[in-house]
Amino acid sequence: MSLLCETPNPSRRAVLMTGGALFAWAYLPRFARAADQRDPRLIVIVLRGALDGLSTIGPLGDPDYAGLHGDIALSLSGANAALPLDGFFAINPAMPAFARLFKAGQAAAVHAAATGYRDRSHFDGQDVLESGLPGPGNATTGWLNRALASLPAGDRVAKTGGLAVGPSTPLVIRGAAPVLGWAPQALPTPADALAERVLDLYNHRDPVLAAALQKGLDADRMAMSDELDLSMMKPRGGLDNAAGMRQSAQGAAKLMAADDGPRIAALAFDGWDTHVNEGGATGRLANLLGGLDGAFEEFEKGLGERWKDTAIVAITEFGRTARVNGTVGTDHGTGTVVLLAGGAIKGGRVIADWPGLKPAQLYQGRDLAPTSDVRAVLKGLLAEQFGLSAAVLGDKVFPESASVKPMRDLVA
Amino acid sequence: MALSVSNAVPPDPALVALNRFGLGAKPGDDLEKIAADARGYLNAELKQLDVALVSADDPKNAGLLDSTAAIQASMAAAAERKASRDEKPAPAMQPAADTSDGSTEAKSKSGVPPVEADIYRDEAQARFDKALTAAPGFVERLVGFWSNHFCVSTAKGQLVRACAGAFEREAVRPFVLGRFADMLLAVEHHPAMLFYLDNQQSIGPDSRAGKRRGRGLNENLAREILELHTLGVDGGYSQADVTSFAGALTGWTMAGRKGRLGEPGTFVFDANAHQPGEAVLLGKTYPAGGMDQAEAALNDIARQPATARHIASKLARHFIADDPPAAAVDRLAEIFTKTDGDLRALALALVDLPEAWSMPLTKLRSPFDYAVAVRRAIGPTSGKEPQRTLRWLRALGEPLWQPPGPNGFSDRTDSWASAEGLRTRLDIAWQAARQASDIGNPDDMLSTVIGASASAETRQAIARAESRQQGLALLLMAPEFQRR
Repeated sequence: MSLLCETPNPSRRAVLMTGGALFAWAYLPRFARAADQRDPRLIVIVLRGALDGLSTIGPLGDPDYAGLHGDIALSLSGANAALPLDGFFAINPAMPAFARLFKAGQAAAVHAAATGYRDRSHFDGQDVLESGLPGPGNATTGWLNRALASLPAGDRVAKTGGLAVGPSTPLVIRGAAPVLGWAPQALPTPADALAERVLDLYNHRDPVLAAALQKGLDADRMAMSDELDLSMMKPRGGLDNAAGMRQSAQGAAKLMAADDGPRIAALAFDGWDTHVNEGGATGRLANLLGGLDGAFEEFEKGLGERWKDTAIVAITEFGRTARVNGTVGTDHGTGTVVLLAGGAIKGGRVIADWPGLKPAQLYQGRDLAPTSDVRAVLKGLLAEQFGLSAAVLGDKVFPESASVKPMRDLVA
Repeated sequence: MALSVSNAVPPDPALVALNRFGLGAKPGDDLEKIAADARGYLNAELKQLDVALVSADDPKNAGLLDSTAAIQASMAAAAERKASRDEKPAPAMQPAADTSDGSTEAKSKSGVPPVEADIYRDEAQARFDKALTAAPGFVERLVGFWSNHFCVSTAKGQLVRACAGAFEREAVRPFVLGRFADMLLAVEHHPAMLFYLDNQQSIGPDSRAGKRRGRGLNENLAREILELHTLGVDGGYSQADVTSFAGALTGWTMAGRKGRLGEPGTFVFDANAHQPGEAVLLGKTYPAGGMDQAEAALNDIARQPATARHIASKLARHFIADDPPAAAVDRLAEIFTKTDGDLRALALALVDLPEAWSMPLTKLRSPFDYAVAVRRAIGPTSGKEPQRTLRWLRALGEPLWQPPGPNGFSDRTDSWASAEGLRTRLDIAWQAARQASDIGNPDDMLSTVIGASASAETRQAIARAESRQQGLALLLMAPEFQRR
């Protein structure tokens, strides 16, 4: 029980150890061996609203890019020049931290990527992205939770459970495996006595509410425990603005850096549906990208020693039209970019089988054509961070996806 | 979601009326009397004339602005803010402001809340006043349902913040017990919706304005009408339908501040921006025309079987269960089609569903419904309103008129029964209990608010509370108070 013996709060331990704790020593986790000292973490950031990949990491070397993306195309010249990543791609100047990590070999991108979903509804697209199912439907569990649930019961990652950041739990991490919830709060805290009485009532009458409340109380105690500056905890807005993104990453990093903290987390950032006045190197999209960049930076800072074994992946339901629309924005599209950061990432690369942007090369004549499957990236991370087999990934975690092979060598 | 409470016993009819359909009990409610004729209690509210409207005769509402006045006030304030920004250069850290709608601005420099915040607060107060006094509140629940179905979001910018309340009063409330097609037409004509879903910027590429200015279509409104407002995502439309319908909708816009097209802030049809030629939607051709082209299309899709099913499933999910029984959905869809989308008939049909009275109360109150139920239960308090209730809604993740996307707030229990959600409810229950001015005996409150069907455990927990405040907070957290 050594992994949990530092936990100050017995009730929390009770929740997180339900299911499997008895078998703690029956299985030696692949990465818990003393010899290699690795203690991997995985953070999934869901960007809801469809990220314009071509304005995030622009293919400046593609001769058709500037013409298609019009006034909002990134450029290497001018006041807000994009930051070159290699001879072909450059990143939006709102993301200097990502560019720095990229140069340091701790960030990468997979471009022209999409899930298996080919229509253009946000809500179905998000369902597919987060559920990991082959199509939209009444999904109630997410692939990240099923990955967690697929780990052997004694595994350290399974025992510490998942972390959901924000006032509601993102679908990607909903499911049977235990998940803590946490969001910045500024309401008065009720006396513990009341909380215990309500919990007792729920335990007798409504176990679903009991489990949820228990986790909420535990997460809050952990996050508020010690040196974290309380003034930083006041909500500074929802998760559709730069300050909120940075703040939620800061809190999540604190929870995850603890020895007994969750190894797996999900965050959802809203607001990427840029139909109008999207902006390029500056403006609305750039403000949001600045928030995402801030979140990467907060994780790097807050995770400290843990950063070296951490992988962060930012994913979105689909991309946007390659051609700028009638209102200096972009409409719903297909291929987009996946961003990877963290000390565990084999970085410094934009991984892409570039499809080109000529009219005949665009998907349905309008979108960046997808040449990589987002699931391949996610499978690669899950395989290399937590040792999940291709069989489990292709069946339990991403059902009916055996033909999508895990992308290799994402992790250093 | 599995529940331990026994599913065999049908719920107390008083709780079906007050919790499943209404907004919760108020001090003085007689639950036994309500239980004796619960259907009659609900139907009586549906028969009241103008029950869904915010009365202009009430002096409390005298200050509410119509959407034209609200939008003009916001336009003037935005122009003023821009002028003062232009006077002194913005600090280096300031994010680039979108000057067309001020969407990235929060407060004016002096710290005085902008005019939009005042309008929003007054509208919120009017919304809460209706919700706190309605009995049993079924009509207000329907207002909430349709307002979420046809949502706009203040996250879009200050202009929507200014007119979100007026939009609900003008485009939703008058039709909540009227005809679906009329509500659809009113919503899609409303400047708040045209602005929220970008249609005021969508220009027919072959129109005079399109050729002159080199701008073009924006599909946003057309797609969301088909996907969210009417047919539903599986409603059988294609990308070509979306594009063609977007063309038919070009020219539907809001007159700008300079009044070039008409009275600023009102709906206008701008023929110069309208895509010429015929439009094809779901296989039907709509001949070239003006505003009537998209109106004809809207009138047709309002009556599509897919629309009937989409609305029926959403209503059943809202009032019966997250995964409602197919028979209930079929029945509602049938009524929708048979009555040409008569929403009063649909509300009566909901009350008539046997499932409404037999299925256990497994849903959770939504954040708005929970906040309102708490305030109804505890009666008038000394706290500062409506700011306190607005703060509760923000903490619960569903700020008033600010859903994260055009699909509105989720209507499923698992998005509310989260760890963070429950912990926040506990904070709210505690805050409300501490601020209640006159608590009385929590046991008596239990009889008024939950009544005869309260579990032994709930009764015992409240009876054993160590203070009146704690007893009240326990009542507000009891499963019988949370579930509906």
